[in-house]
Amino acid sequence: MNELLEILPLAQSLAKIWFAIPLVIVISMVYGATRHEEMPEIVKQSYRSLIWVVGFMAIIFAIIFFAGIWN
Amino acid sequence: MVEVVYPQEDGKTVRVDLRDPYWAALLAWLWPGAGHFYQRRYGKGLLFMVCILSIFIFGLYLGRGRVVYASFERGDFRWQYVCQLGAGLVALPAIVQAVKTRDGGDPFLVMCQRYPEGSGLGKSFRQIPPDVVDSGLGLPKRTYKDGFMAPPAGPIDQNEVDVLGMWHFEMKHMYEMGTLYCVIAGLLNLLAIYDAFTGPAILTDEEKEKIQAKKKKKASPDRQESAGRESRRSRS
Repeated sequence: MNELLEILPLAQSLAKIWFAIPLVIVISMVYGATRHEEMPEIVKQSYRSLIWVVGFMAIIFAIIFFAGIWN
Repeated sequence: MVEVVYPQEDGKTVRVDLRDPYWAALLAWLWPGAGHFYQRRYGKGLLFMVCILSIFIFGLYLGRGRVVYASFERGDFRWQYVCQLGAGLVALPAIVQAVKTRDGGDPFLVMCQRYPEGSGLGKSFRQIPPDVVDSGLGLPKRTYKDGFMAPPAGPIDQNEVDVLGMWHFEMKHMYEMGTLYCVIAGLLNLLAIYDAFTGPAILTDEEKEKIQAKKKKKASPDRQESAGRESRRSRS
């Protein structure tokens, strides 16, 4: 229980990650728009970019998370 | 007039009339999406305008109008402004404010006043409450003023308390977040400018073929190996 309380302040810093969501969406849409001209294609490309960016962030998160555990 | 034609996957072709690309690029820099509106590419223009301006304004809101300012002095080299300048006209008031405050002058659009250094009782660089400002009682002869998109007033020293330090103290991580949002808005607009100048970076058939050929080359040794394994299994 005490260990859980110790990591509680981390939850507050985790809340900052919500600020990444608008950025990721906007970056994906603008990038998609620079790769295509038609709107359906832009949306498809944006979706692919969004998945790629979120996936990349998840991998980095996992690496940092496990590095913290093994430390 | 410059027209670019792109082949689509379904066999159709897309024609993009870039009109005058230099003029379009200038407009795209001045106002995100304006270059595309000039080229009559209304959908993309609207997309760029909404996306880029929304995050720029949201960043300014997070940083209470203080995250975009032009200062290239020793101790306060604001390199982020170079990136933010990519957003165009919306970042230009910072230059006006920098010129206005260059010789210690007061900025336009004052948002709050602060006690100067040496005010005593730990008041240095603190915001002067609005009621004190309104009454004029207890107001120092010279105050520091925070202006919208204006550089921090007074001397800036990383090893001392100053107005810039107070901004970070008062806004916490929101200051960095706001700066980041505005920086990304400026950088994204560079992509929009490029798009207005040259058209979209659609892969041509030749480029697609090259990529597919590379993929085949990579995949072929794996396929040979797996085929070999399968044949060995079937024999056994």
